[in-house]
Formats: sequence, structure tokens, C-alpha cells
Amino acid sequence: MKELKLMKGNEALAEAAIRAGSDAYFGYPITPQSEVIEYLMAHNPYERTGMVVLQAESEVASINMVYGAAGCGKRVLTTSSSPGISLMQEGISYIAGAELPCVVANVVRGGPGLGTIQPSQSDYFQAVKGGGHGDYKLITLAPATVQETVDYVKLAFELAFKYRNPVMILTDGIIGQMMEKVELFEQQPRLTEQFDWATKGKVSGKDHVIITSLQLQSEEQEKVNLRLQAKYREVEKNEVRYVTHHCDEEIDYMIVAFGSCARIAQKAMEEARKQGIKIGLFRPQSLYPYPYDAINKMAGKLKGILTVEMNAGQMLEDVKLAVNGKTKVEFYGRFGGMIPSPNEILNAIKTKLIGEK
Amino acid sequence: MSELIKPENLVYQKSKVLTDKVMHYCPGCGHGAAHKMLAEAIDELGIQNETIGVAPVGCSVLAYYYFDLDMTEAAHGRATAVATGIKRVMPDKYVFTYQGDGDLAAIGTGETIHTCNRGENILIVFINNGIYGMTGGQMAPTTLEGMKSSTSPFGRDIKTMGNPLKLTEIVAQLKGTYYVTRQSVHTPGNARRTKRVLKKALEYQKLNKGTCFVEIVSNCPSNWKMSPVEANKWMEENMFPFYPLGDIKVPEQ
Repeated sequence: MKELKLMKGNEALAEAAIRAGSDAYFGYPITPQSEVIEYLMAHNPYERTGMVVLQAESEVASINMVYGAAGCGKRVLTTSSSPGISLMQEGISYIAGAELPCVVANVVRGGPGLGTIQPSQSDYFQAVKGGGHGDYKLITLAPATVQETVDYVKLAFELAFKYRNPVMILTDGIIGQMMEKVELFEQQPRLTEQFDWATKGKVSGKDHVIITSLQLQSEEQEKVNLRLQAKYREVEKNEVRYVTHHCDEEIDYMIVAFGSCARIAQKAMEEARKQGIKIGLFRPQSLYPYPYDAINKMAGKLKGILTVEMNAGQMLEDVKLAVNGKTKVEFYGRFGGMIPSPNEILNAIKTKLIGEK
Repeated sequence: MSELIKPENLVYQKSKVLTDKVMHYCPGCGHGAAHKMLAEAIDELGIQNETIGVAPVGCSVLAYYYFDLDMTEAAHGRATAVATGIKRVMPDKYVFTYQGDGDLAAIGTGETIHTCNRGENILIVFINNGIYGMTGGQMAPTTLEGMKSSTSPFGRDIKTMGNPLKLTEIVAQLKGTYYVTRQSVHTPGNARRTKRVLKKALEYQKLNKGTCFVEIVSNCPSNWKMSPVEANKWMEENMFPFYPLGDIKVPEQ
């Protein structure tokens, strides 16, 4: 039976983690995501499903606990916010290199450095262009609502195991802290499958399992990289996700925005349309793989695109790659924890896209 | 000769917990004997199929090739965090880490202390030879005062480089540790004692009473720039007085 509840984003994420049949959560408190581990500690997941929850001594330890448990073929996740996610990058690179499944949620706050505890989207590059060392990719999902946050926890685990790759849920302090109506999915069973690739104690008659990202011979390491790249091409073919508003109508302009910022941009778009401006909104839900082709197809019929982000222009680079010169691409952003207002975006549509003085 | 090679004449053989892979360790290095004792301990307990190991970064980074066990390779210093993750989701398995002094007592100090403090039911095997072997003989946290290394070429100067760290004594003070001991594998007698210690430490995991921590003081002939025999003698004369062998914390009766 599905339940409708009013929940804070971080708490909904935690409840979704229990219901997704997670085996373990390892984490460390940091604003604005501490409610995730608080909720997990308060709601007895061990009694409910057998899910283990452990507060580690650091984000570095958390992600390495995730690595160890993920290597056992278990559903494991961690959550943090920007500075904590920076600390986890080494471990995420190892997890990607060893091809293990796990879910990492980043409730982004403004940076750089200690930055601010207010919401931001300034970890876009870190999430989709690397973050840690080496040629690897994180499948990155960007929810715009508390509901999507819940749904993406389940989806993220599915993708993580399908591709044996870490999946990041890139949310922010707005969605993490905001209360919204949410429909929770039913409790999923925990995994019982014994994977061949997982450490579980050597199976007699079979080779012992080694979880590693090390190949001392460069020929072997290149083979690992080629295998990873082939996997990423599959991900790019199968896992592009986005939603559009009015983009299939006759429009002159389009906004591209993701996550919470897309909801503000939607308000600006509605106001612009009321004023007679033919404009639509394109919201990527997967940031890696990025919907390059879909944006490229739109670009040909547009007079211009406005990218709106809560950063200094990060996804902007992917929009430009997608558009490939077919139309002009403008940018409007607020950063350091500041949130753009619909009016500011409307103004940017008029001045930057249409060219009004 | 073929008359002699018969199963009934067999008095000793390589543990089946070790693979046939040729070890990359230098001649005279203690890792070979330490691996062998740990493998025999696991073999004698009959827990090969119930054991998961964690390899470190350092000379024993490739330990997973030599133990015929399911194993995970950890990032530098993070072995006990990785082992925590494994043990928490596989509480019925025997879990151990095998780490050197750079891995456990420098970059991984935080993880080591907190894992022991939580009393994770794992075995930590700590190989202390007072030097970074794999990267070519740099100073370790456990390098003795005055001891030469490639980053303390005139000997470790306490004033500027700090003191050698006795992490084993530190973790012995933590409530989470159940059994803490310091051994060696440089003579047959010491090696056999170490095996008994490792067996005991593995068996204790079933009691769920806390972390077992076994330090093995070892050598590094290559980076100490000594012959294996000289290295063992130097270890006895210099390492053992500072890192005395014996039990540091034993289970309360």
C-alpha cells in the first residue's frame, strides 16, 4: 500500500533508503544533510529490515566502509554535503575503479572551501566531470522535488547494480530541507543474491574473489579503462533522462535548468508565457549521462537558450557542447548560497535572450 | 627419490590458504613468514571459506594474490574502515586487515584508532619494520631515533621529525580492544608463537568482544641496506628494545 506523507527531503531520502532494501548506511553529520543519519538512527532500520546504520569518524571512513560493504554485494549508501563529498572523492574513485555498486547523495551547499550551509549547485563539475582521480564516471541523478528524491533512491540502486557503478544523487539544501507531499513506495526486500564478484568467503572449487582497482601492468590497466569506457557508452545509450515543458510547441526560446533551480525557472517561464514570450523549459534529470542529443535537436529551432543555475555556470558548458553553435546560449546564475528569484530569471530572459534594454 | 615422494612420507607442506603465485617480496623479508603463519592459522582453524581479508597499500598491497581467500584491496590507510564495512554486513565472517606501519600508523591512524575504539570484531595484523618499503625506504612513523632512511638520510632527528609512534600501546588503552600483542617471525620459535597468537585472535572474533590487534615487528633488508641475517640481528638489537615483544593486553579471565 502506498502512503502519502508530508516529509522533509532529507528524511524522505532516509526513509526511501530503508524501503529500498538497503543493507547498510555509513555516514557523518554535516549541514544541510544531517537529518538523513538522524532519521535513520531514530527509525530503527535494523529492527525493521536488518539494515545497518553506522556513524563513522569521518567522511573518509564512511566512504571506505561503503567500499568494503559494497564489495560484499550489498546495497550500501552514504550521504553528505559538499565539503564531505570532497573528502570522499578518493574512495569514490576506488569504488568506480573496482566496479562496485553504491549510492552517494550530495545535498549540495555553497562553496568553495567551508563555504556556506545554504543551498547551491556548485558541485555539478565534481559530480559529472570526475571529482576523484582517473577516467571514471558517476551516474548522476538530479531530483527537483522531494518525491523525485525518494524515487531516485530506488532508481539509483537499480542503476548501481545494473552497471556495477557508483550512482550519485545530486540534490541541494533546498530540497534537503524543504517539506513536501511525498508518496512512499512499499518496503522492498533486502538482497539475498550471492554475487560471483562479491567477497563472501571463498567458495570451494572456485577462484577466490579479489576486489581491487590496481593493475601494475599498464597494458592491463588500459584494458580496465577500455572496459569502463565501454560500460559508460552503454550508460549513455540507455540512461538519459529529462523532462520538458512546452518544448514540443512552437517556441522561440528555452530555459535549461536542473534540480530545485528548474522549479524556480519554471515559475519564470510561466510568467514569461503570460507576457506573450514563446518559451519552454528543459530539465535534465540525469546529469551524467547528459541529454546532449535532445538539447541539440531543440537548438535548431530556437533563437536562444538561457541556462539557469545556482553556480557560476557549470552545466552551461554541457549545454554549449549540446548546442554546438546552433543557437546562442546565455547564462544566469546566483551562487554562494543565494537563490535566484523568478523575477530575476524573467529579467534575464528579457535582457539576455530577447535583447531588451 | 620417487620412492620418497609419497603422501605417507609427507611431513610438511605449503598451506592451502596460500596460492602458488610467486611472492614479490625481497629475500629475507618478514612478509613471507608472516603470510605463512596467518595462512596456516586460518587453515588450521578450517575457516578458509568464512574469512575475508583486506590488503593495504604498501609492500603487501598484492597480499590478495598470495592468500587463497576472498580479499579486498583498500586505499592507503583505510583498511580498517573497509574491514568495518565488510564485518558490519557480514557479521558471521572472520575479517582481518594486514597493514604496514605507514598504512596503519601514519595515513591510517584515525581509522585505526576509531576502529579499535568501536571494538569492531576484526583482527588487525600490523607489520612494523620502521620504514616505507614499497616507495623505497622513506621514514615511517615507527622509524627509530637516529635511524637512517631516504627521507632522514642523517638519521631520524626527534627535534624536527618527531618521535617514533607506539600505536600498539595506544590501542591497548582503548576499551574496544580485546587482545593486543606484539610478536615477531624472525626465528622458527617466534614464527610458531605468532601463529598461535593469530589463531587465538581469529577465534576471539566469534566472542564478539572487540578488536584483536597483533603487531609483528619485522625487518626490511633491502631498505635497511643489510643482508637478511644482519637485518634480523639489527632488529633484535634496536627494534626489540623500543618495541618489546609480548602481550600488551590480554582478555580478562
